[in-house]
Amino acid sequence: MTHVLDPHALTAETPPRRELPTPYADVTRSESAFRAFLHGLPGVDQVGAQSRVAMLGTRSIKTTSKAWAIDTAISMVDLTTLEGADTPGKVRSLAAKARRPDPTDPGCPPVAAVCVYGDLAGIAKEALAGTGINVAAVATAFPSGRASLAVKLADVRDAVANGADEIDMVIDRGAFLSGRYLDVFDEIVAVKEACGEAHLKVILETGELVTLDAVRRASWLAMLAGGDFIKTSTGKVSPAATLPVCLVMLEAVRDFRAATGRQVGVKPAGGIRTTKDAVKHLVLVNETAGPDWLTPDRFRIGASSLLNDLLLQRQKLRTGHYSGPDHVSVD
Amino acid sequence: MATPPSPDRPSSVFEYAPAPESRSIVDIAPSYGLFVDGEFVDGSGEAMKTVNPATEEVLSEVAVGTADDVDRAVKAARRAHSRVWGPMRPADRGKYLFRIARLLQERAREFAVLESLDNGKPIRESRDVDVPLAAAHFFYHAGWADKLAHAGLGPDPRPLGVACQVIPWNFPLLMLAWKVAPALATGNTVVLKPAETTPLTALLFAEVCRQADLPPGVVNIVTGAGETGRAVVEHDDVDKVAFTGSTEVGRSIARAVAGTRKKLTLELGGKAANIVFDDAPIDQAVEGIVQGIFFNQGHVCCAGSRLLVQENVHDEVIAALQRRIGTLRVGDPLDKNTDIGAINSAEQLARIRELSDVGEAEGATRWQPACDLPDRGFWFPPTVFTGVSPAHRIARDEVFGPVLSVLTFRTPDEAVAKANNTTYGLSAGIWSEKGSRILAIADRLRAGVVWANTFNQFDPTSPFGGYKQSGYGREGGRHGLAAYLSTGDEQ
Amino acid sequence: MIGNERLAVRKTYKLYLGGAFPRSESGRTYEVHDAKGAFLANAAWASRKDARDAVVAARGAFPKWSGATAYNRGQVLYRVAEVMEGRHAQFCEEVAAGEGLSSGRARAAVDAAIDRWVWYAGWTDKLAAVLGSANPVAGPYFDFSLPEPTGVVAVLAPQRSSLLGLVSVLAPVLAGGNTAVVVTSRERPLPAVTLGEVLATSDVPGGVVNLLTGDAAELGPWLAEHDDVDAIDLTGAPAERAMEFEREAAGSIKRVLRPPAVEPDWSADPGLTRMRTFLETKTVWHPKGF
Repeated sequence: MTHVLDPHALTAETPPRRELPTPYADVTRSESAFRAFLHGLPGVDQVGAQSRVAMLGTRSIKTTSKAWAIDTAISMVDLTTLEGADTPGKVRSLAAKARRPDPTDPGCPPVAAVCVYGDLAGIAKEALAGTGINVAAVATAFPSGRASLAVKLADVRDAVANGADEIDMVIDRGAFLSGRYLDVFDEIVAVKEACGEAHLKVILETGELVTLDAVRRASWLAMLAGGDFIKTSTGKVSPAATLPVCLVMLEAVRDFRAATGRQVGVKPAGGIRTTKDAVKHLVLVNETAGPDWLTPDRFRIGASSLLNDLLLQRQKLRTGHYSGPDHVSVD
Repeated sequence: MATPPSPDRPSSVFEYAPAPESRSIVDIAPSYGLFVDGEFVDGSGEAMKTVNPATEEVLSEVAVGTADDVDRAVKAARRAHSRVWGPMRPADRGKYLFRIARLLQERAREFAVLESLDNGKPIRESRDVDVPLAAAHFFYHAGWADKLAHAGLGPDPRPLGVACQVIPWNFPLLMLAWKVAPALATGNTVVLKPAETTPLTALLFAEVCRQADLPPGVVNIVTGAGETGRAVVEHDDVDKVAFTGSTEVGRSIARAVAGTRKKLTLELGGKAANIVFDDAPIDQAVEGIVQGIFFNQGHVCCAGSRLLVQENVHDEVIAALQRRIGTLRVGDPLDKNTDIGAINSAEQLARIRELSDVGEAEGATRWQPACDLPDRGFWFPPTVFTGVSPAHRIARDEVFGPVLSVLTFRTPDEAVAKANNTTYGLSAGIWSEKGSRILAIADRLRAGVVWANTFNQFDPTSPFGGYKQSGYGREGGRHGLAAYLSTGDEQ
Repeated sequence: MIGNERLAVRKTYKLYLGGAFPRSESGRTYEVHDAKGAFLANAAWASRKDARDAVVAARGAFPKWSGATAYNRGQVLYRVAEVMEGRHAQFCEEVAAGEGLSSGRARAAVDAAIDRWVWYAGWTDKLAAVLGSANPVAGPYFDFSLPEPTGVVAVLAPQRSSLLGLVSVLAPVLAGGNTAVVVTSRERPLPAVTLGEVLATSDVPGGVVNLLTGDAAELGPWLAEHDDVDAIDLTGAPAERAMEFEREAAGSIKRVLRPPAVEPDWSADPGLTRMRTFLETKTVWHPKGF
């Protein structure tokens, strides 16, 4: 385990531009071409998007389908702790929760991943050895992303070296909002390269992008740059994951697959606290991108407190009566 | 329907288990009389049956009013107008309407379930659209009752007297509210004839009138079919006729009231163009197209039944539309997850089938998603016709069902010309991200309601009604009051 | 004729149709007499085909007239008043002769007719504010309603008041942006023809107003039944035929202004009902979002 910057990273040259899927082979040939492409994506009407998610929010999920939804949601959770006060102890306890979310019920599925800062990835890796649960690490000067590329790449390599299976990077929102789309693109390409075998989730921080048009553009940018997942938020900016944002991102991955054949995942993170919220997201996935995305490989939910609510609801379905917070573990 | 998933056998398909709204909340009597002068009374005609179109189960027997029954109702309304409702302090009239609005909200679930049972519309719509909007109409108009001098209709607008109102089966309670609320707020009394196939929520509304202690005779409800409607419209002692329904019947009503003192407003058919430009917010446009034509099984006079799509995005839009239609859930109206319910009647189903067959025979291409329909009841799958030419009947006749005709255009001028190429003029849709284009097109569309980047939105504050053969008069807003008031400067 | 007095050049009274002054395609004319029964002139006797042509002209003129700015329409209507003022004496003479009025009362009628144009000229750019609305719907939408002209309006003009009555029914139709096919007073058509000459020289585009001298009883049914006429004003319809015309108008769901029981006093202040009858309300919705 090393926490030292790779001295070469500071002078590392930008890696060669990624080869893009056929229909979009030349959209990054210049800043203006890339801008024309991104700005040529269909607009998003915010009110229309909101009313669509409001309508889907009225879907009534009961009995067997609710049980399935809860277990599916649990298996999609990236159980997350991203505090300055995080310690190896905290991470280990989270890992234990991730393996057996409900100690009273061995039938309860494990979560998808544990998400921590890069320096604690090694602890998580050790605690999760042999479970099949991934270690996700935030990197690239999370959450602001305000550091030089070299520092960001070093951050990534460090996390990967510590055992991270997945890297959750942040895009340079400043560059994005000022229209330097190729800079954002190149940075994601470089990070992807630095990830090696690790999967790359690209955090758009949609709370800072503000408009759904920007969310759609950023989604396409991140997918073209090679992101395996697009993720809404760091959880440090409000609003974090919202249903309209998630809708637009799901439309983007759906359309991207239709155009290129490559299936990119989606991860809403932050603000999803209740089973009801989680089920609404699953319905949104089901009716927007389709059932192919209803798997932890393609859809994740970044959350911390959500898991306990899912467990309480799960217990209610199993036992037929309600329980309370003391019947799930505080981690 | 696929087997529901279970935690033991996780499926990658998220089939929502059935989520039926309980019908135990409604208590349907085996038979209903007419509501005249505050009482339920027997009708003189032979009673008719009302059925649940989703199952063909008979829900109840409902009285049929004859000309004599109508006469009694009109007399009750006249009496109530001259003795009670007319002289009443306007503020008190308003309070009665506020009461009714609150009662509708309190009994919203009951109304929604009953509406879905009798009409076949999905509970999601009756619960989220019909009933809340009906309550909103009463709440809105309640406030007008003592402010009519400020409505821009002269300093002292006067009620007309007795209003006869004939309403359709597509939004039984909502159309009742659109008619009754402004009539009462302006000081008129009412004889209402609900549609033959959907009388039950109107009869439940009669009960609400009683709970509100509305004076007897202010609202009278005479059920029946066409003959009853004719008797209502042709009664001599009526000051106002308001009708929502087909253009054909509208014509005969206009003929019937010709030469009388009766003031007439008509809200008739439509064949709305929903225009999609190549710069449209495509996902919302697709939602809007779906909402425009499949809302309420397409039993909507303002339905966006003609999709006019710019030729250069035709294939893309149609592909997205078909994908989206594939996710629509057709079935039990009481299931909270149902998107498309039952066709209201066997007659309507026959008409939809006939016109669809004509569409195919005329050379348009029919597309329907794979979709299992229940064995009993009246059902028609969501349907898209592509390759429709403006000369085809499915591009000109109102189908009043879940059938979309797709036409194309190349330029804004062509879009406007095609959109206006109809004898109707009720509504239209425009989808574009360019503000100036939207305003220019909206200006040139000959339609009473233009939805830009949205569709099928309704609000009591927003006037609704048609150009051309879609009728005249407006419902809702300040404009809707004019239909029920005399301004004193008529000549 | 013998003497020094100059022999007057008489006017041929023709139809006003599509901006031109044709004779009736039927070649028919009829005698017009003054109130005492003396011959005044031969007027063109419009036929159903003239009515048909007038509807075509009115329909053709509709897009431009309805699409003109309200300010522009107001100025055009004001211009009509200006040009009428210039022909004040002629109108007084014709009204006095046709209606059998004293010169003082004829002058009052002409004054009122001119002032009526001025009144309506001032309305064009207020209608949207007075009859339109911004609607506070319960959702994130900008929603507004505006008055728009109904289209081609057939007007059966009053039979008694040949100028003031005519202007009182025509001006409100035009102010809203409609185009008109007018059947004038049968017995008193001459001021209408002169008004046509005024309209032709006062920036009113051809076809916006079409004046048919002739018989409302004969032309009424054709106009009431015509599918390309959007509305009909039955003010001058023969009392015993009005119901029939209204029935015929139902075929294409025309907006109908019923006739008054007796011809009203046209000098009274007009309200908004006439304009309102020939205006549609268009409501436009648009979402409000980032």
